[in-house]
Amino acid sequence: MTISNQHTTTPSTGEELMTDRIDSTADTSVAPAASDLPTGPDNRIVVENLNIYYSAFLAVKDVNMVIEPRSVTALIGASGCGKSTFIRSLNRMHEVIDGAHVKGSVYVDGEDLYGPGVDPVAVRRKVGMVFQRPNPFPTMSIADNVLAGKRLNSKRFAKGEADDLVEKSLRGANLWDEVKDRLDKPGSGLSGGQQQRLCIARAIAVEPEILLMDEPCSALDPISTLAVEQLMNELKSTYTIVIVTHNMQQAARVSDRTAFFSIDGTGMPGYVVEMDDTEVMFSNPKQQATIDYVTGRFG
Amino acid sequence: MTITEHRSAPSEQQSTLTAGRLGTPRHVAVVAGAVALGVLAWLPTGSINWAHWIAVTVVAYSAGIYLVSRIVEGRRQAVDRLMLAVVTSCFAIVMLPLVSLVWTVVERGSNRFDTTFFTETMRGVVGEGGGAYHAIVGTLIVTGLATLMSVPFGLFTAIYLAEYGHGTRLAKAIQSMVDVMTGIPSIVAGLFAYALFELLFGPGTRSGFAGAVALTVLMTPVVVRSAEEMLRLVPDELREASYALGVPKWKTIVKVVLPTAIAGIITGVVLAIARVIGETAPLLVTAGLAQGVNWNPFDGRMTTLPVFTYYQYVQPGLPPEAGQDRSWTAALTLMIIVGVLFSLARVLSSALKPKGLK
Amino acid sequence: MTITETPPGAAPSSPTKPTSRLGDRVFGGISLGAGILILVTLFAVALFLITEAWPALGADTSEFDGDDTFLQYVGPLLFGTIWAAFLALLIALPMAVAVALFISHYAPKKLAVTFGYFIDLLAAIPSVVFGIWGIAVLAPILSRSVFPWLEDNLGFLPFFAGPASTSGRTMMTAAVVLAVMILPIITAISREVFLQTPRLHEEASLALGATKWEMIRQAVIPYGRSGVISGAMLGLGRALGETMAVAIILSPADLYTFNIISNQNPNTIASNIALKFPESSGLEVNRLIATGLVLFAITFLVNALARRVAGAGFSGAAG
Repeated sequence: MTISNQHTTTPSTGEELMTDRIDSTADTSVAPAASDLPTGPDNRIVVENLNIYYSAFLAVKDVNMVIEPRSVTALIGASGCGKSTFIRSLNRMHEVIDGAHVKGSVYVDGEDLYGPGVDPVAVRRKVGMVFQRPNPFPTMSIADNVLAGKRLNSKRFAKGEADDLVEKSLRGANLWDEVKDRLDKPGSGLSGGQQQRLCIARAIAVEPEILLMDEPCSALDPISTLAVEQLMNELKSTYTIVIVTHNMQQAARVSDRTAFFSIDGTGMPGYVVEMDDTEVMFSNPKQQATIDYVTGRFG
Repeated sequence: MTITEHRSAPSEQQSTLTAGRLGTPRHVAVVAGAVALGVLAWLPTGSINWAHWIAVTVVAYSAGIYLVSRIVEGRRQAVDRLMLAVVTSCFAIVMLPLVSLVWTVVERGSNRFDTTFFTETMRGVVGEGGGAYHAIVGTLIVTGLATLMSVPFGLFTAIYLAEYGHGTRLAKAIQSMVDVMTGIPSIVAGLFAYALFELLFGPGTRSGFAGAVALTVLMTPVVVRSAEEMLRLVPDELREASYALGVPKWKTIVKVVLPTAIAGIITGVVLAIARVIGETAPLLVTAGLAQGVNWNPFDGRMTTLPVFTYYQYVQPGLPPEAGQDRSWTAALTLMIIVGVLFSLARVLSSALKPKGLK
Repeated sequence: MTITETPPGAAPSSPTKPTSRLGDRVFGGISLGAGILILVTLFAVALFLITEAWPALGADTSEFDGDDTFLQYVGPLLFGTIWAAFLALLIALPMAVAVALFISHYAPKKLAVTFGYFIDLLAAIPSVVFGIWGIAVLAPILSRSVFPWLEDNLGFLPFFAGPASTSGRTMMTAAVVLAVMILPIITAISREVFLQTPRLHEEASLALGATKWEMIRQAVIPYGRSGVISGAMLGLGRALGETMAVAIILSPADLYTFNIISNQNPNTIASNIALKFPESSGLEVNRLIATGLVLFAITFLVNALARRVAGAGFSGAAG
């Protein structure tokens, strides 16, 4: 995996952003080609005419998109455009706010998450989430944090089984080597980047099909951000990842497809302006609004 | 570096999204079944026993919803539903004594809720008749004196803590002692007042004033706590604006800080009064019991409403119903007074709040 | 022009003018005096109580009815005080936590405030009213429906050995009333602490696919644990010092027993004082005050412990 060093901090053109892209094609030995993957659910997400309401207020309107399995899709746009609201609707987390509801459908493997009789709790076991600020449970050890989700399902597992799962998940989050000697220490004792990777380990321990990440690096320093981005690149061979980011360079680095959200004014609903392959979005987008945002003219 | 995982069989996960939901019809069936079971609890006796009915229905519902949910939805959902039932039942159970108490006091207290009760004393009364005029007067006098003493005491202490003594060791000591004071059992406060007056004026001294001293010990920490909090809420910018105009510190406190905080302080005082007006124990041992009105707080026993309530019930004389009736009415009066004070506090709190602060 | 010195961390102080120095000195002096008076008051309470109690502690036992030493006198009372308060806490704590959870997490948001208000109403009711309700309403209900059942079915346990009281004036009735009285305190503190659970941790739990109860167990209760314990200890302190409800309800006797449904019950210190004080004189009064001192000591300890737990507790939850 290579990362070129031409990363500038000033707003750059689309092409410049693309040179920073984490080039995963060089590493063919590990990431299996699409045709080699075991057949199974395709984890494709199909969003159809999704409108998200907070009580009577329409927050996000008319989203139609297809998210391909085992890819990273980035949602970009200025603050307040509805990116977070939208991503939280993919695991029905927006419903923790009273009065939040949707019209439209979100299909995962052909099943509508908002169909009649669907239990939000079941949805969340299928679609995992990592938050903006790392939130390991402060009263639990690192190992217990990783197992927290699994423990909900099966109270007791054999000691060996638990240890295996902890190791597997922590390795999957690229955290194993750093914490393997202190699995029984509290999760809050780690650095920000490590905590976030712990949260990722916790999320993947329950084996979701889809992983949602709501600005996962915005509270982290650049080194930790890099570690998480590298992790994302590995995870996408197993999970479908959707990431919200307000950092365009990050979107360009990690994602395969990008959707650009915008809003016409305060009090108006957010909507998707354009969605395409990331390379296209940053070098040759079709909509003027996208061009303006991507080249830094506004936002 | 990467771990490819073999995903568990798709069919298990796909079906869990919609599989096994309880559904409204089943839920209604469980409720109906529980109610029916509850009816069976008293049906044999022929007369409705509300307590049994409710108790059996609640238990049956909790057990039923758990079992049905366990079968249909799974263990985790079943436990979740059970806990909802348990938590709601607990709340309902806790409401029972409140409802029962208010109902009882209103029902039994209304028997003697008449003019005689509020205008006559117990002087010369044996059996029927008589009233609590002297007790009401006593309560007003004793609580009034206590308020007169504890408000300046508490307010100035709060002013010291918030304005002068920030972070000093003395302030911390005072705060700890205020905490200790809030924990003094009311009877101990009464004993202290008794001891104080005994050492000053000889044994067996009873007076309304001694009672007021006891109540002051109980009221002051409450006033200090709430006043200190209110004073701290006043933003420093206001103080600084005043100093910048050349106003000395004490005037700033009196003319700027206090008026801003006054709503909260008054509310705190009213609530403190509501707290102590029902105190019986300290008044038992200081002000005692008298049959007639005593207008002099410094000399002799003075009856107060809570003490009246107590004695009329436990030493009613003959016939006992007369005394107990008077006791319930006194209790009702007490609760009305406390209720009025609480409502007053809420009204004052919103009416006096300076616009634009927080 | 003189400059006054500001102690570190003090509120901003004013530049002084000669005329206001007197005003500041007087006002500041009064405030300081009030603060010091608090310390003096507490000291005085301890001092006066000890002075009054002393004669009873040193006196010859023959001067008292029953020839008891002070320890023999206060023993059953201390036992009764702690036993009653313990039972009250046993009943109140789980209910209080359940009610607090109900209001903070289960009740519809619009009704939650009203429900909280109802619970606070319980706290406003004077204890003497609780007492007469207890003896007039609760005691008959318990003695009719509960005590006989307990004696028949669980009578082998020392708590329910009976003979069941017919008047209901038992330790169990008193404990139930005490529980109702201390519940609002525990609920208020618990409710406060449950509402403060960081949204982030609740959402972390939900995002893992937890049900509401599982989220509460994973995020809310661990966070609120120290607050609940602190509230429980404050409630315990209240129960220890509660006088009138016990004085009215309990039918007292001079003995140690765990039987809570019979007519023979140890009295509590506070209730004993309330019952005996009005008619006592001389050394008897001193003895009662001495028991009051013992009560003061225990409640002081319990409240200090509560404060310690509340202060130290949040280090585990802060994260």
